[in-house]
Amino acid sequence: MTDSTRITDAPGHSTGEAGQGSPRRRDTILRYTTSDRTNHWLTAIAFVCAGLSGLAMFHPAVFWLSGLFGGGPWTRILHPYIGLFMVVAFALLAVRFWSHNFLQPADWKWLRQIRDVVNNREDRLPEVGRYNAGQKLLYWVIVVCLAGLLLTGIVIWRAYFSDYFSIRVVRLAALLHAFCAFVLITSIIVHIYSAIWVKGSVHAMTRGTVTPGWAWKHHRAWFREMIHAANSRSRPD
Amino acid sequence: MALQSLDIIRRSATTLPEPEIRSGTGDVTVAKLIDTTKCIGCKACQVACMEWNDLRDEIGTNVGAYQNPPDLSASSWTLMRFAEVENTKGDLEWLIRKDGCMHCQDPGCLKACPAPGAIVQYANGIVDFHEENCIGCGYCIAGCPFDIPRISKKDHKAYKCTLCSDRVAVGLEPACIKACPTGALVFGTKEDMKLHAADRIEDLKSRGFENAGLYDPAGVSGTHVMYVLHHADTPHIYNGLPGKPHISNTVQLWKGITKPLALAAMALAALTGFFHYIRVGPNETDEGDEARAADEMAKTLNSPEKRP
Ligand code: HEM
Ligand code: SF4
Repeated sequence: MTDSTRITDAPGHSTGEAGQGSPRRRDTILRYTTSDRTNHWLTAIAFVCAGLSGLAMFHPAVFWLSGLFGGGPWTRILHPYIGLFMVVAFALLAVRFWSHNFLQPADWKWLRQIRDVVNNREDRLPEVGRYNAGQKLLYWVIVVCLAGLLLTGIVIWRAYFSDYFSIRVVRLAALLHAFCAFVLITSIIVHIYSAIWVKGSVHAMTRGTVTPGWAWKHHRAWFREMIHAANSRSRPD
Repeated sequence: MALQSLDIIRRSATTLPEPEIRSGTGDVTVAKLIDTTKCIGCKACQVACMEWNDLRDEIGTNVGAYQNPPDLSASSWTLMRFAEVENTKGDLEWLIRKDGCMHCQDPGCLKACPAPGAIVQYANGIVDFHEENCIGCGYCIAGCPFDIPRISKKDHKAYKCTLCSDRVAVGLEPACIKACPTGALVFGTKEDMKLHAADRIEDLKSRGFENAGLYDPAGVSGTHVMYVLHHADTPHIYNGLPGKPHISNTVQLWKGITKPLALAAMALAALTGFFHYIRVGPNETDEGDEARAADEMAKTLNSPEKRP
């Protein structure tokens, strides 16, 4: 299961149904390989931990979150390391998904029709490839925010680095760190909701596969690429 | 200790008001007055501070000036800063300033601190760090307009002058005041200290220091450590004493209304999602979609590859 363009029969998925109903029900399309999924969930876990430990220092109303990390000082100690871990995990993920995330002219049209998007009127939208414009934008927002969090986070990392920067720079870095964190967390909230909203997405990232109907409905251009690729591979040479 | 909390008027990272049952709380505040025109730079105050607070900084090296140690540190809470300045008449002036926490009425350190109760302000105006609550993030350093707090390399806690809050609480004057041999340091109510300073300034003016004045900067709503300066028009010549100190705009923006707004926006994003689900509902794939996909797959897989 390492070839992400293969159309496969998912093992254990509606087996024993051959002959009943449409045999096509057993078809699934591989969307995320085992290492894609591992990489994604490592990033997600790191994000949640970095976000919660950061928020504890963000506002007194949520200082109690520091209890999750063993108290205030532990939160302060752990947060930057968790942040670094997230940056590394996401960097690897970003390399994996890099080529799928360039915005195309059709993406701008998709964005202009955002009302159709949020009202489940997908039939009116331009055909979507592996990722839709929203997903691509999220990708770039994360890239920019994490770069910002990394740079500013180092400046405000008092134990090792802050003494090398002037107080003005530290102040600005603290402000920008909080701002990038805010943008990132808000965007990820939208990302998580989208996964809950569009049924089948969570399965893609937990089990790796989607149904052809799902691919056809949400990512039709990608669906066609997949079946054409499968077709050319299944031809005897 | 329990009653002491009734004398606290502000705690860091606390959104509700402090206990305020006591009457007249905050009416009378204290101040230390540092008369730079009387200071001879003997550093008796530096020594007294070390002794009273049991602090021993590392023995440093001579940096070619009287200033020693070269800077404030987690174990040096006060420091005589020496400046050699040539005045407009071409004469040399040796300006000596006792540096340390100014005990701002509006403290930037307290504003920036994310740990509840790590920085407090007493009703008498003293700003104190409670190290047991300190998490060691160093935000107080970014918040302070005077570059005072220092994080210890030993325990990663923030330290600075306490204005001997422990001594003042039992009716004693701070250790530095007690040690000063020239009367350059005096301590009392802020009102009294202002009156005392006014006398000194009048005297200085009569001796030709026409710009003599009191340093009690309004940008931080006044301080509980004040200076008498011979040249109050140019505080920066005293080793960079800021002319118009105030909590930096960056810190105001970082720690101001933006934070609760940002929290609200994040909560709103989650709520919007929830109600979108309730009102619009999930985006599901149905049998029709599967059938159309199956159709297309059948066509493609059963036809010779036509793509280039
Ligand atoms: C390389 C990555 C990162 C580094 C080095 C880093 C470092 C820091 C440091 C040093 C602080 C100050 C408190 C402390 O001393 O611990 C901080 C605060 C914070 N961090 Fe990070 N961080 C990183 C990534 C992240 C990420 C990924 C998030 C969000 C998901 C985040 C959210 C926050 C928040 C909300 C605060 C509180 C800001 C405030 O008090 O205004 N950080 N970070
Ligand atoms: S001088 Fe700095 S450390 Fe002292 S009270 Fe003012 S802001 Fe706080």
